[in-house]
This record gives sequence, structure tokens and C-alpha cells, in this order.
Amino acid sequence: MPVLWIVLAVLGLGLIGYFVGRSRALGSAGGDIRQLHSLPSYYGWNAFMFTVVPSLIVLALWLLFAPTLIENRIAATLPQATLEQSGSTSLLMSEVRRAADALDLAVQQGTMDDAFSRNLRAEFTDVTGRLKATGSIITQDVTQPVLRAAQQYRVMSSTSNLIMSVLVVVLAVVGLIYALLRTNRDFRARNTVEIGIKSILILASSIAILTTLGIVLSMLFETANFFDQYPWQSFFFGTKWAPDFRGNSALGMLPLLWGTLYISTVALLVAVPIGLFAAIYLSEYAGPRLRAVAKPMIEILAGIPTIVYGLFALITVGPFLRDAIASPLGLGNNTNSVMTAGLVMGVMLIPFVSSLSDDIINAVPQSMRDGSFGLGATQSETIRQVVLPAALPGVVGAILLAASRAIGETMIVVMGAGAAAAQMDQGLGAIINPFQAMTTVTVKIVSQLTGDTDFASPETLVAFALGLTLFVITLGLNVLALIIVRKYREQYE
Amino acid sequence: MDTKEIKFECRDCQVYYGDKHAIKDVSVDIEDKTVTAFIGPSGCGKSTFLRCLNRMNDTIDAARVMGGFLLDGEDIYDRRVDPVQLRAKVGMVFQRPNPFPKSIYDNVAYGPKIHGLAKNKAELDEIVERSLRRGAIWDEVKDRLDSPGTGLSGGQQQRLCIARAVATEPEVLLMDEPCSALDPIATAQVEELIDELRANYSVVIVTHSMQQAARVSQKTAFFHLGNLVEFGETGEIFTNPKDPRTESYITGRIG
Repeated sequence: MPVLWIVLAVLGLGLIGYFVGRSRALGSAGGDIRQLHSLPSYYGWNAFMFTVVPSLIVLALWLLFAPTLIENRIAATLPQATLEQSGSTSLLMSEVRRAADALDLAVQQGTMDDAFSRNLRAEFTDVTGRLKATGSIITQDVTQPVLRAAQQYRVMSSTSNLIMSVLVVVLAVVGLIYALLRTNRDFRARNTVEIGIKSILILASSIAILTTLGIVLSMLFETANFFDQYPWQSFFFGTKWAPDFRGNSALGMLPLLWGTLYISTVALLVAVPIGLFAAIYLSEYAGPRLRAVAKPMIEILAGIPTIVYGLFALITVGPFLRDAIASPLGLGNNTNSVMTAGLVMGVMLIPFVSSLSDDIINAVPQSMRDGSFGLGATQSETIRQVVLPAALPGVVGAILLAASRAIGETMIVVMGAGAAAAQMDQGLGAIINPFQAMTTVTVKIVSQLTGDTDFASPETLVAFALGLTLFVITLGLNVLALIIVRKYREQYE
Repeated sequence: MDTKEIKFECRDCQVYYGDKHAIKDVSVDIEDKTVTAFIGPSGCGKSTFLRCLNRMNDTIDAARVMGGFLLDGEDIYDRRVDPVQLRAKVGMVFQRPNPFPKSIYDNVAYGPKIHGLAKNKAELDEIVERSLRRGAIWDEVKDRLDSPGTGLSGGQQQRLCIARAVATEPEVLLMDEPCSALDPIATAQVEELIDELRANYSVVIVTHSMQQAARVSQKTAFFHLGNLVEFGETGEIFTNPKDPRTESYITGRIG
């Protein structure tokens, strides 16, 4: 039975549970709601929960673990010689799976009958040709051991499927009956539903946390692979970035890290003052009507795709900076430069800083301002000495959010600052010249992973090490933000 | 009781909030070195009138103020008067304690720093200490001047706010229900403080508590629906009110 049907059946049972539970509860109270512990619909939801939740959990676990179990058992039956021939168990198993799928398809299309597909032997029939005819992707000739394994695989999966369907539906029925038996006027259905709702909320938050954990773990695994093939000292302290897919690459991270920090700093130097001042003007000086128009207009900036900012950097800002500043001052002839990417990225970040800061400044109690005005302070004195200190934790949070965005930005960097790593061995001038092309960690992650590359070489795996490093940096920034916020929060009502 | 010099002379004052006529034809003389209490039911305009005295209503867009407010004979709503300067001369203490999110020291030093009252750190220290002593809170906080002002109890916070207000050496101190958020003990401390402040300042206090008005003030003004109903010696108002509305209010029949 396909999974969709099982789910629908379970939900149907749940729905029956809802209505029966409701009416049973009402019946036990003689139709008088006031005699019940909970409102009738709570009894309904209680029955629904008991029917649906356990059976769907079992279904999910079964779908998660059964394929692995089956594959392990099949792999154990495969002859050693076949395993050695194909090189890796996982490759062989995917071949088996493809063959099994093709057999399924053949039966479905009617080119084989079921008994035939089970007794088929590779020695006598052109199995490969017949399976290919179904439209399945068969890359290698299907050999007899593989065919046998595939046939076994089919049998075991269908058995597993059958057991699962029966188990899930039986569990749903049992849950339904159990809940209905417990439904009477004294049963505290309201409390059970409360627990159910709490579990949903806990589940949602743990999914978010577990995903983060999963991302870190997957990166950690590949990063460890990378450091097996490349010394970590040369990665963290190397000043040269020169990957070469024929081997012998220099994969020093420092030029990329420098590029990231340099461009992000320029961006923040643009975004933080402008964003903060705009927020102060909007929240403290502007009238409500101007505010209602100006705030959404600034937020439009946040809705522009970064690729459009990239185009702006590439065709407008870059050439302008080159012709107006870099060339006359003899600082270079690049349209791609740190300055271009930094300025454009800064503009992109303005709404992040201004919108959040504006909300936070508005949240500072009016009594603070009154107190300051009452002492004869002017508006700007009040803002500088009372409002901003009170809003500081939030403003720092806004700035760090912008910083995280800046560090993670890729598109604007490629189009604004280019894709060439900083040349750290060419002297200080090449490092700090803001009209020099430079690139960042994120850009290099993309360029190392795209294209026809071997997934086991250090040139590719370095992307994971870079990604993890970046993750650690942004994590550090967030922790820093938390510390700052904690330190200052207590001072303010 | 001898007559004192008149500090604030208010003539035919009107305040509008949008279309609402909040203060109607109020004329009142506030004496120097005297505590004047404004009493009346909620919404009668006493706080609004108080906020006219240091032009705090300027910060509210919809408010319009008319009439004469003469501080030492000079109209405070005159074009030449800078409201910011005026507020340094006419200090204010608010209903809820509102210490800044700064240390106790910085809270008190805030006004003097803004107005440049201290030439150096030593002088500033002296002003802070003197103000905290006047606020009757010095002994409680002298060992922790660096801890945040928001960490104090409600009563201490309010006395800190009073100390902060007197640190700028105002001539008039306006208090908008300064004890409404405080417990009886803290209230008693603040009332005692108000009585001491009378030696140097002209104090105007808005209060809902008639007992408080009777305890701390020498003059009392009774407001009702935006009108000044009666103004006179506190003893006179509470024992022998002339207007029937005043009598109804102080005996608890309206308000």
C-alpha cells in the first residue's frame, strides 16, 4: 500500500475518532456540557491525537530505518567476489536498487509477469536489454548475483511494506479504541490536548536546533577528510591561495579571510552610520506621516535581490570609482575593487541596521526622554546620552546581524570585487589598497565546488573547511552579541 | 502667614489638546519658597497645567498653550526664551521614577554636565554629593555610586530622580504625582524631603491624595474640569472651602 494511502487512512480514522469522541463525551454527560470536565471538542481532539500520533511516528521511523536494514541484509548475502569487483558496497547496492526498481517497472508495464520477474535468470535472458526497455537507467550489465539480490530486495521490501501498513493501521485502531474507552465526563481531555500542543511546539524548536547540529556535523565530517589530505597549519596560516586541480595546490585561508573581513568592514562602515542616523531621524524627529512613507521605502532596499546590487556594482559603481578616484590617484585600474563591493554591500545592509534600530529606539520608554527634557537637555543630547545607551543592546544586535549578512554575501562580491584572492605575498600595498580586486571565503567556496571536480581531492574538500571556519566566525559574532546584550540589558526597565 | 515673593504669575491660561479645551482661564500665583499643591479629580487638567510651567507640552504636537506665564516677570512662552534653558531653571519630577540606564553617579551628574555647571571632576563630585544629600538618599547609595540607578528600589529611585532634578540648581521644582508609585514608607520619606526642599525652592506638586496635599503644602489649588475652582491657603481650603465643588471633592462626594 503506498504511503500516501496509509497516511490518509490514519487521518480518516483520526477524524472518526474526533467525532465519535465528541459525541461519546456529550453522551456520558447526558448532553449537558457543564457536566463535562472539558469542552466536547477537547475529547474529540484527544481521540484524534491518540489515533494519529503513535501510528504516524511508527510509520516515520519505519520509513527511515527499514531500507537500511534491508540493504544491510542483502549486502551480506552478496558473494565476496562481486563486492570486490564493483569496488564499493554502496555503489553495488545502488545498482541492486536500480535493478529492483526496473523490475518493478517492468511488471507494472506488463512486459514481465510477476512470477517471471521472480524466476528470471541473467544467464538465459537478455535481462539488461529488457530492463532498459522499460526506460529505467541501467548503466552496467545486470549480472546474475546482482539480479538475484535485486529479486530478493523486491521480495523483502514488499514484505516490509505489508508489515508496516498492517502495523500502522492496527496501531491507529488500537489508539482510537483506547482513547474512546477513556472518554467519559471526568476524563481530563483538556489537559491531554495541552500536552499535545506543548509537544508540537517542542518538536518545532528541536527541529530548528537539530538542523543546525546536522549542518555542523556534515561539515565537520568533510573537514576532517580535508585535513587528512592537507596540513592544517598551511590552511589556517598559509598566505597564498592558489588551488590547482592537477595537485600541488596552495590552500592558505588568510587571503580569503582578509578579503572577507576587509569588504565586510567597508560595508559596515557605510551601513552602520547611515542606517543608525536614518533610524534616529525616523523615530525621534520625523512626524508620523513621513515615517509611514519613509520606513517602507527604506525597507524596499532589503527586498532587492543581491544579484541586482551586483549588477549595479559591476556596471555603475565600479567604473565610476575607477575613473573618479582610483585612476587619478594611481591606485589601480580595476573596476573590480574592495571599495566597489563594500559600498554596494553597505547600501544593501542599510535597511537591516535602520529598520531594527528604529524598532528598538521606539521601544525606549517615553519617560526616559521626558526625564532628560525635564532636566533641560536638547533633543540630540537626549538621544546621545539617554536613548541610545538604553537602546544599545538592540542596536548592537542589529549591527551584528548586518555583519553576519556581510560576511555571508557572495553575489555582490563576485560582481563588485572579483574572484581573485588577495595577493598577500606582493607587499602591504597589495593587501590594504581598497581599489584592488579581492575576494572572499564564500566566493571561493562556490568556485571550488562548481564544475567537474573530484569530490575526494583537497581542492574540493577545502570548501567544507572554509565553510566551517566561516560558520565558527559568525557563531562567534552571535555569541559576542549575546554577551553584550546580557551585560547591558539589566540597566533598563 | 506672611506673603512671600511671587515666583510664577499665570494669567488667563488656556490649553487645547487638538479640539479639547483642557485648561480654561486659569490664573494662579505661585510663591517662592512655598509648596503649592494642585488637587482635583483625574482629567481635571492639573498635570497639564503643571507641564505648561516648564513647557513640557511643547513635546506634544497636538497641544496649544495660550495666556501669560510669567517667571520672575518674564513670559516663558516668549519667542526669546529657549525652552531648553527654561527647563534647567524649572526642574521636574515625574509620576513614575524614571532613572536613566546609567550609574547612580551619572544620573545625578547628567544635568550639571549638560549645562556645564562643574569646572572639573572634583566640583562635579561635590555637586553630586550635595544633590544626593538633598535628595535624602546619600547615605543609602554613597558606597555604590557606580551601580545602575535602575537597580534601586522604587522609593530610592524616586529620591534619586529628585536629586537629579535639584542637581541643576533649579528655581522651581515641579512634581507630577511623585508618590503615586511608592509605598507609604517611601512616600513619607519623599514628603519629608519636599518639606526640606521648601527652604530653597518653590515647589509645585500635583497629587491625588488630599492628605498629602494637606501635609506638605502651604497653598492649594483645586482644579475641576479644566477650571481653577479655588486657590488659597491649604488650611483654609481644607477646613473652610468657599466653593461647594471644593467641599464636595474634599469630603469625597465627587472625584
